[in-house]
Amino acid sequence: MNNGASHTVLTAPLRELGRAGLFLLTAFSRMRFGPRQLAEILRQVYFAGVRSLVIIVICGFFVGLVLTLQTYDTLTRFGAADAVSTVLALSLFRELGPVLAALLFAGRAGTSITAEIGLMRATEQLDALDLMAIDPMERIVQPRLLAGLIALPALVLIFNLTAIVGGIFFAVFLMGSDPISFWANMQSSVELMRDFGGGMFKSVCFGFVAAWLAVWFGWSARPTSEGVALATTQTVIATAIAVLVLDFILSAFML
Amino acid sequence: MKSSHQIELTAGIFLLLAIAALVFLALHATDRGVVSGESYEVTARFSNVGGLTPRATVSMGGVAIGMVDAIELDPETFEARVTMRISREYDNLPDDTSASILTSGILGDQYVGLEPGGSPEVLQDGDRILITSSAMVLEQLISRYMFNSEEGQGEE
Repeated sequence: MNNGASHTVLTAPLRELGRAGLFLLTAFSRMRFGPRQLAEILRQVYFAGVRSLVIIVICGFFVGLVLTLQTYDTLTRFGAADAVSTVLALSLFRELGPVLAALLFAGRAGTSITAEIGLMRATEQLDALDLMAIDPMERIVQPRLLAGLIALPALVLIFNLTAIVGGIFFAVFLMGSDPISFWANMQSSVELMRDFGGGMFKSVCFGFVAAWLAVWFGWSARPTSEGVALATTQTVIATAIAVLVLDFILSAFML
Repeated sequence: MKSSHQIELTAGIFLLLAIAALVFLALHATDRGVVSGESYEVTARFSNVGGLTPRATVSMGGVAIGMVDAIELDPETFEARVTMRISREYDNLPDDTSASILTSGILGDQYVGLEPGGSPEVLQDGDRILITSSAMVLEQLISRYMFNSEEGQGEE
């Protein structure tokens, strides 16, 4: 490092990562479970999960539709239209379900968590909690982290289900495929642990990362309106990158 | 703004919905194998299994009665040892049943086809099917046809 500027450029992201990691460690080291904490987690599951339901269901349905439309068209050229449910289920369970739901989750729930905590910081509510001897880590951060961990896998399950409903709607009702062979082909090619379980494992990881980044960017936001706006944008960008990179790494390990 | 009671209730319903989706997808969209109930194991040795993979179907007369559990190479004879799980429903297969590796269609999956013999004894758990015929390897068929003399290359 010959001058200060390049030093900062190189080390600033690393320091940021280190601070985010330490933040996570602190949050977990002060983990406490009581009935009040559980109620708060459930409240956050409502805000992160139930409130994302509409976008998840609509997007899931249309992803299922378009995926079936495209594969149906391609596979009929090879006379293999029967395999459409296999392609649908495998690509959904293994990749599209967890990844798309995580990206939608970042846009819908992640941003609102960041903005909420960022505004709490800007309006000094976090300091007020501290003054009242209420640990904001325990009261604000932990429930949101755990809620992300619970809500995203739940949303992925619902996303997968509605996408399959969309696929059935297209293949069976519009194209006249046989529903029994649709299910049978899906069943014969999807393995419970490897395909379905692997996808669910991914969704737990994505939920954790999405919640962590959302809480962290809100927590570390500059206490101004620009700061909160920037933090919200950063949450979406960082979550999208983290989810896609992590997706590749996890897929490479699991295959 | 909803009351906290309502929020908790909605969150509970949401999680219940997710669990229902999990159960439905896990039971309805995934493969638990042809053999879901009681089953027994038999093994067979082949000089070449071709493209047979674990979880491939084991069928008799075109009816799926089990699946391939494992395929290993016998370290002494260098033959492929295929372990199959067959449903208990079909526990009366004669012990001189023969097994061959077949392909469904030209490009279809490979599966193990069983052909019943006439012995009064039945196959027991852990038994070995003695009469086997290996997978057809297209290259070997072609070369045998072309050179007409290439016998015994990796065959019995």
